Amino acid sequence: MFELVRANRRKSALLILLMLALLLAVGFAVGFSVYPATDSFVMGHYRYFIPVGGLAGMAVAFLIWGGQALAAFASGDRILMAAAGAREIKKEDHPRLFNVVEEMTIAAQLPAVPKVYIMEDMSMNAFAAGRNPKHAAVAVTQGLLGRLNRDQLQGVIAHEISHIANRDILFMTFASIMLGSIIMITEIFLRVMWYSNLGGSRRYTSRRSNRNDGAARLVLLVVALVLAIVAPLLAQLLYFACSRQREYLADAGGAVYTRYPEGLASALEIISGNPGTKASVSKAMAPMYIINPLEAGARSLTSLTSTHPPVEERIRILRSMGGGASYNAYAAAAGKISGAGKVHIPQAALAAELAAVRQAQAARAAEPGQGSMGPALMAATAGQARAPEPEPEPGERQRFREAGDLVRTMNRFRFLQCACGLKMKIPPEYKKTLVKCPRCGKIHSLEKTANA
Amino acid sequence: MSGIVIGLIVIGAVVFLLALWVAGVYNALVRLRNAVKNAWSQIDVQLKRRHDLIPNLVETAKGYMTHERETLESVVKARNLAQGASDKGAGPAEQGAAESGLSKALSNFFVVVERYPDLKANENFLALQEELSSTENRISFARQAFNDAVMTMNNRVEMFPGNIVAGMFNFKKEAFFEIENAAEREVPKVAFS
Repeated sequence: MFELVRANRRKSALLILLMLALLLAVGFAVGFSVYPATDSFVMGHYRYFIPVGGLAGMAVAFLIWGGQALAAFASGDRILMAAAGAREIKKEDHPRLFNVVEEMTIAAQLPAVPKVYIMEDMSMNAFAAGRNPKHAAVAVTQGLLGRLNRDQLQGVIAHEISHIANRDILFMTFASIMLGSIIMITEIFLRVMWYSNLGGSRRYTSRRSNRNDGAARLVLLVVALVLAIVAPLLAQLLYFACSRQREYLADAGGAVYTRYPEGLASALEIISGNPGTKASVSKAMAPMYIINPLEAGARSLTSLTSTHPPVEERIRILRSMGGGASYNAYAAAAGKISGAGKVHIPQAALAAELAAVRQAQAARAAEPGQGSMGPALMAATAGQARAPEPEPEPGERQRFREAGDLVRTMNRFRFLQCACGLKMKIPPEYKKTLVKCPRCGKIHSLEKTANA
Repeated sequence: MSGIVIGLIVIGAVVFLLALWVAGVYNALVRLRNAVKNAWSQIDVQLKRRHDLIPNLVETAKGYMTHERETLESVVKARNLAQGASDKGAGPAEQGAAESGLSKALSNFFVVVERYPDLKANENFLALQEELSSTENRISFARQAFNDAVMTMNNRVEMFPGNIVAGMFNFKKEAFFEIENAAEREVPKVAFS
């Protein structure tokens, strides 16, 4: 797990540096084209030219970013939460949500339990915030709480906790501010250029300078303009690409922490099926949600400008993890579904996991006398899927299920009882005649049991 | 003369490096043992929570389950046994056995609860049930971390050459923590309806 965080951090640092370089380049270009004069001084045999305007532009760009980043860092999650219209809750307000968050904190071995927020909104979504695992928060909408069962809620929270453990939030905050700064600077620049009728530099050329100099300035101006147009797009692409990778990683983490990929998979299915528009979502915050609230309609579309991988693909990967809820299983499933190399789970994490499994097997082989230890050890190291345990507390869950079934009946869902005890809920959009039980794999015909 | 000096220096250097290595392994072992202890205390907190919840649960159920004295008593007995083990600081192995007994008694209890719809609808009971199932989840997640720590420690203690240092300073293998849940091992019953 540490390996994973470290690899993540390395990649984040690289990306931040790239974006910072882009920001400074934009600052330089803008500064230089606004004030193209240079100072010069002589050192040794050479004369050095200092592009004063360019350096000043760089400084201003950096300050714009730094100031915002500092403000975001100091205020932590409060501003974000206020912007999303979330309020902090206590355990008494929603014991189950609180319990699930605490469980996942233990599973992810975070140093502190994140604060829990609820958004009074009927759409279904969730996000995490905070600058480090010690000062983190998770927020879920009221709509999500109402419609997910405990396992699904656990999957969603595990996904969010995984974001916290991977330190995605700090990174995404910094990156989104950087993106915002680049957009802001270039926009101002382009507007100034537009209103000054692209003649901003004429003042300088009108001074008695030679023609060559004027031409050079014109070239620089064009370069600055091109950069101003291209930079925001480039920054956005960088940002989105990284955001998508982080979603995959958080999904994998969610499966590993709960040891039950189906929980998150079915939660994603429900959430994407009821997009609902959430009021007050800003573009900058959209990538932080479990499903992008602004792209909720585009379920299977992948594009360069998506902050999240397509939901259908995420669900398919989770479902084809089979029995093993580990980073290895996720990487294998992702390779099958999305094509090898598209989803990147750091090699070091996979290797560590493999070693752990081998050790466990060796330990088991070495001590045949302690047979009872085996399964637990395997589960502990390989993170195998939870055994289908008969529920010891059917009461409350049953009530929720019944309520859920009622809603589904109204939505013309069909129900099918499998021999393994699982009750399948088949949505009306499902047109095929055969359905496979997700638990035991038995194939059922839908025609016979149309109204079961 | 100089030959002896050189020999002494070489021996001294070898001894020094050896001592350095032993110190390194020793520190690693101490670190691992503390990690195991820490992971255990995490489990212990959750076990205490479990033990504290059960009297309330039984108290709530008592009013409804007038004919199930035996079941309730066996839950209380198993709970007291588990708490006794926890109080005297029994290690993971013994504690695990006691907790297994408690898990078994509880699963019996919840089977019986099925016959009392009023109890199942009781708000207080539902709240306690949520707390209890959450606690069980926490125990199993904390157990995972604990068993990982134990495995790392045991590998270090048993494998060559760490085992030499471990033997010198009397580092022992740690026991895994395992709650045997009777219900988990049974094949789930199938009902055709």
